[in-house]
Amino acid sequence: MTVKDWFEKRKQMQIARRSKEAQIDDSIGKLWVKCYNCDSQLLKKDVEDNLEVCPKCGYHFRINARTRIHQLFDEGSFQELFGNITTADPIEFTDTESYKKRIAQAKAKTNMNEAVVAGIGKIDGNEVATAVMDFEFMGGSMGSVVGEKVTLAMEEALKRKIPMIAITASGGARMQESILSLMQMAKTSCAVAKLNEAGLLYITVLTEPTFGGVTASFATLGDIIIAEQDARIGFAGRRVIEQTIRQSLPADFQTANYLMKYGQIDMISSRADLKSTLAKLINLHKK
Amino acid sequence: MAILEFEKPLYEIEEKIKELKKISETSGMDVSKQVETFEKQALEYKKELYAKLTPAQRIQIARHCDRPTFLDYIKLITTDFVELHGDREGTDDRAIIGGIAKIGNQSVVIIGTQKGKSTKENLTYNFGMPQPQGYRKALRLFYHANKFNLPIVTLIDTPGAYPGMKAEETAQGTAIAVNLREMAKLGVPIIAVITGEGCSGGALGLAVADKVFMLEHSYYTVISPEGCASILFRDATKADVAAEALKITSEDLLKLEIIDGIVKEPLGGAHNDYELIGKNLQETILSAIDELKKETPSNLKEGRYNKFRRMGVFCQ
Repeated sequence: MTVKDWFEKRKQMQIARRSKEAQIDDSIGKLWVKCYNCDSQLLKKDVEDNLEVCPKCGYHFRINARTRIHQLFDEGSFQELFGNITTADPIEFTDTESYKKRIAQAKAKTNMNEAVVAGIGKIDGNEVATAVMDFEFMGGSMGSVVGEKVTLAMEEALKRKIPMIAITASGGARMQESILSLMQMAKTSCAVAKLNEAGLLYITVLTEPTFGGVTASFATLGDIIIAEQDARIGFAGRRVIEQTIRQSLPADFQTANYLMKYGQIDMISSRADLKSTLAKLINLHKK
Repeated sequence: MAILEFEKPLYEIEEKIKELKKISETSGMDVSKQVETFEKQALEYKKELYAKLTPAQRIQIARHCDRPTFLDYIKLITTDFVELHGDREGTDDRAIIGGIAKIGNQSVVIIGTQKGKSTKENLTYNFGMPQPQGYRKALRLFYHANKFNLPIVTLIDTPGAYPGMKAEETAQGTAIAVNLREMAKLGVPIIAVITGEGCSGGALGLAVADKVFMLEHSYYTVISPEGCASILFRDATKADVAAEALKITSEDLLKLEIIDGIVKEPLGGAHNDYELIGKNLQETILSAIDELKKETPSNLKEGRYNKFRRMGVFCQ
């Protein structure tokens, strides 16, 4: 073995060892999570079994639409509707990257085709129409597809004369569709007007986070508004407000508790109680 | 009058022509022929300049400090204006002003966002940025119009709903959302005109209308170009690029079928001729009211619902 070979062999061994370490790290990442709130190292499985709520401190992790649907609706009852509606690029928008590319990336990352899942499902046997938003898909932003699917879900409620439940998680309107996104606020709110006039129950569940154009449209128009524990909800973002008024804001600003204090929501629900709360409310409104 | 950066060459030409006229007056030299030619050339240049404005330049016109405000339009297009104050819950937001007036022979409820022309005025009107209480005042006036079967006219010029602590505590988002929903339920004609800045939910909260118009150099957008630049482009100085990308001009919105028409502005923008912009605006509003007055309340509502229901572009 020459000196050169020896070095080469050593190098290969090092590379092999490093990739093994990386594998272990990766499996730790898959097995363990850290709670943002109490910093505890938690077994992922424990968190999952606890509805994605920290077993130590009760902090509610963000969950995606699929997990929410799985948690909330009676087993096997959920039927997705309007899944064939997908994103266009109406104004051919490009910032640091093209909108088309951002959509493709979001699809690959989330395995979803947009930021909302619409459909019908049962909550303790009660059939409801629903739209469940997904923050993982481009920050749950509302463009034409989200607005359309939310509206279609409401129209499905009208057609079947059943309650409508909207579960929000969104940073606001989708800037890449500009004015068309703004108009989704009008469209969804007009659809709520139809639900009101038909006397159908409309419940909104505001989850972490709900902001901007979604807060200023169908999210806050529920006959009953429930905020999930640990959700932050507001119109303008915290930083924008701080820059505008040039003062720092209270730590609990725009939290579910803060909104409760100012009379903006009917109740705060833990994730564990959400299903039974919704079922109770639906039953109480039955004619 | 304040001169915008891109208008400076034009301004210099006009100044030179004035000087030339003065010289001819004092020296007795006859230069009227030359002046006439220069004036013709200046006008040609002016027409060319304003026909080829970039979106960013048009935003400057929309934000011009001499641009007519809501209260100017009240004087220009209405008679017998009676202001109605307050949300009946403790506040009279000055960023939104409303009342009853006549446009031609037609009584209307007219509501708009008010900006100031000086710092002092702007402090009074909060730079045209309404609090939730302003939207609630507007809602009360919408109901008044509905009760007495009066058409509603809204004139919108706002950088957006105010992002403040108190605004959040008193539910800015809810106030706007409720207006969007309730405007859908009204059985009277609603006409909205974006007269300057039409930024985000703050503008939309007064704009769920049967007919939506824009003044030629106004802009209507989901977010200010500055906000978009700092969030998406990660560079606040890219506002001009964002303005281009967002498609916010009156022509863009007409093409996207978001608005129903454009109100032509005097050459160089509305601030150059108050009478003319007033006349054009009044004509647009009156012909829209004439058209909409023929409809029954339920037809109006259905038409309005369908108008917004159609909005959105997606693949299927």
